[in-house]
Amino acid sequence: MTAAAPGKAASSATTSGAQETAASDPPTPSAERRPAGRIRPGRAIAIATAALAVAMIVGVTIGPAGISIGSVVDSLAVRLPWHPAVSVPGIDVAIIWQLRLPRVVLAALVGAMLAGCGAAYQGVFRNPLADPYLLGVAAGAGLGATIVIVTRASSQLLPPAAFAGGLGAVVLTYLLGVGAGRDGQARRFGGGTASILLAGIAVAALLTAAQTYLQQQHSQTLQTVYEWLLGGLSTASWSDVTLIIPYVMVCAVALLAHRRLLDVLRVGETEANTLGVNVARLRLVVVIAATLGCAAAVAVSGLIGFVGIIVPHAVRLTAGASYRIVLPVSMIGGAAFLVLADVAARTVQSPAEVPLGVITAAVGAPFFLFVLRSRRARQDLM
Amino acid sequence: MRVPASRLPAVAAAAAAALAVACAACGSSGTSASGSASGGATFPVTVNAVNGAVHVRSRPTSIISLSPTATEMLYAIGAGSQVKAVDEDSDYPARAPRTKLSGFEPNVEAIVSDKPDLVVISNNVAGLAKRLAAFSIPVLELPPPATVSSVYSQLDQLGRATGHLGQAQRADSRLQSQIKHITAVVPRHSRPLTYYYELDQTYYSVTSGTFVGKLLALLGMKSIADAAKGAAAAGGYPQLSAEYILKAQPDYIILADTLCCHQSAATVGQRPGWSALTAVKEGHIIALNDDIASRWGPRIVDLLKSVEAGISSRGSR
Repeated sequence: MTAAAPGKAASSATTSGAQETAASDPPTPSAERRPAGRIRPGRAIAIATAALAVAMIVGVTIGPAGISIGSVVDSLAVRLPWHPAVSVPGIDVAIIWQLRLPRVVLAALVGAMLAGCGAAYQGVFRNPLADPYLLGVAAGAGLGATIVIVTRASSQLLPPAAFAGGLGAVVLTYLLGVGAGRDGQARRFGGGTASILLAGIAVAALLTAAQTYLQQQHSQTLQTVYEWLLGGLSTASWSDVTLIIPYVMVCAVALLAHRRLLDVLRVGETEANTLGVNVARLRLVVVIAATLGCAAAVAVSGLIGFVGIIVPHAVRLTAGASYRIVLPVSMIGGAAFLVLADVAARTVQSPAEVPLGVITAAVGAPFFLFVLRSRRARQDLM
Repeated sequence: MRVPASRLPAVAAAAAAALAVACAACGSSGTSASGSASGGATFPVTVNAVNGAVHVRSRPTSIISLSPTATEMLYAIGAGSQVKAVDEDSDYPARAPRTKLSGFEPNVEAIVSDKPDLVVISNNVAGLAKRLAAFSIPVLELPPPATVSSVYSQLDQLGRATGHLGQAQRADSRLQSQIKHITAVVPRHSRPLTYYYELDQTYYSVTSGTFVGKLLALLGMKSIADAAKGAAAAGGYPQLSAEYILKAQPDYIILADTLCCHQSAATVGQRPGWSALTAVKEGHIIALNDDIASRWGPRIVDLLKSVEAGISSRGSR
């Protein structure tokens, strides 16, 4: 059910987006013209980094256990080499080092991946409503996770199953989409890009149907499945962090390395081709990189919506649409945003948790509407 | 049955409220129609239940139970031979005729086609009782109780409806004496022993005010969830967090997610930060059978025994 939402958003996005690009003038890169009120690129990165630092400090300081700031500092210090002689309760040290720190770090990594991959997908598919779940990652991961939960297999298998499901879905989408793209009929939809997006919608719908069927067949585990789908970091641990960090690194480096090519692609696929960019290859590399990062993020956090859409667009509105800025600032800003969203998730109803996906959607949905309705924004989006 | 029954606080709270009202009267006055002090089967009979007066025209011989607890109760009072079908979750006793019927998404057509003469449910999903009443099928609703005494009253209601009131009353007194015996041997402490009761891996728990909480209170135990903000609003089933649990330093950790989620003393010890808990260091982790822990039939005695064994071993150490 939740997994279907990104698919639905994407379906309307694909049709309207394709028509729009066909009807309106090709968008022109505007970052270089930097209108008044835009933040300088260097300053944007600095601001995002500062926001991330503040978010992480807040994230480590605030929590349901109500540990005083002094104790937090002492607890942090006690594990460092050459630390000052302080005495803190062992339980506080455990809470800070084993619960809060890994959670904050994991939130930052997941936020960076979702926002960075969202930006990359929007660039490579030239569609402002593209999000990281566009090609079926969410539906595939949801199906993988649901299979583990309903078969009551060990919860250790949950992240690998979700990761495999997400990857499998994207591979399926890509094979089907590229295959359909060779067809003359599909070319009329706008060539390879549109057919890949449409294949993504079909694959997502199919996998979501399978996932929902499984979920309904096993009503006893309904709540567990549902909570996973809504996303959250309540069981974050250092092992989750080490589990996803290789994929995060590969994804971040690969996406950042292609930021200039994504800028060239902004003028249009045909134009980019004539400028010597191998669009098909670029698309494949970006999709592989983004899928690895996004599937890894989903594997440890469940389905957290809207981060991949609101963060890149917020960056475009404030710092310009060049991918040289959008990609790095989205990653840092996405990290900061998700760390803060997670602080809200665990404090709003403390000690109970609000699903993280609910927090990001509650912030994200109004913003999404604002982006859709704003004409000025629409011109600047890509 | 297991997870949602304990996890639908609104339903549980509503049911508890309804029970309090409905059963204020039903204890003895319900017998008026049956009129049989010996517990013999005099039909027709009218049973006052949570869902109103239930009229059973003749001794039922094709009972459908859509509640695992009701299934256990039916067999405990000797009405097992009258049971025609039980729902997919009714796995105890093993000889109960399990079918694909669901108590959560009940299929009225499938139930009706089995031609039952009594349907026992724990959860009136989507007006199930009313929909079955349209086919003149009597429906007895036995919802999750708020107190131990409601268990006795539910056994009695089942006894009346099936013609086994005498056996039901004997089951009551047997249950009562077993509970008394267990609570008598448990070592007493100057302050209540605190516990964290785990319903699932997302730290849903119970307060001392819930049915399970009241059972554990008989052993002199108190839930750490009592102090959680919003515990009452959550119907006594609040969600806690790992931080909250570590900070509360419970004397015991009681796991009711050993079957559903493979939790054990070993997995709890591996959770990040949990090894700092005294309860984990000293092995004060009590693993319950989820099914027993989520039902309120005669096997509540087994639950009490498991917990009593867990805390008594400390007393003797």
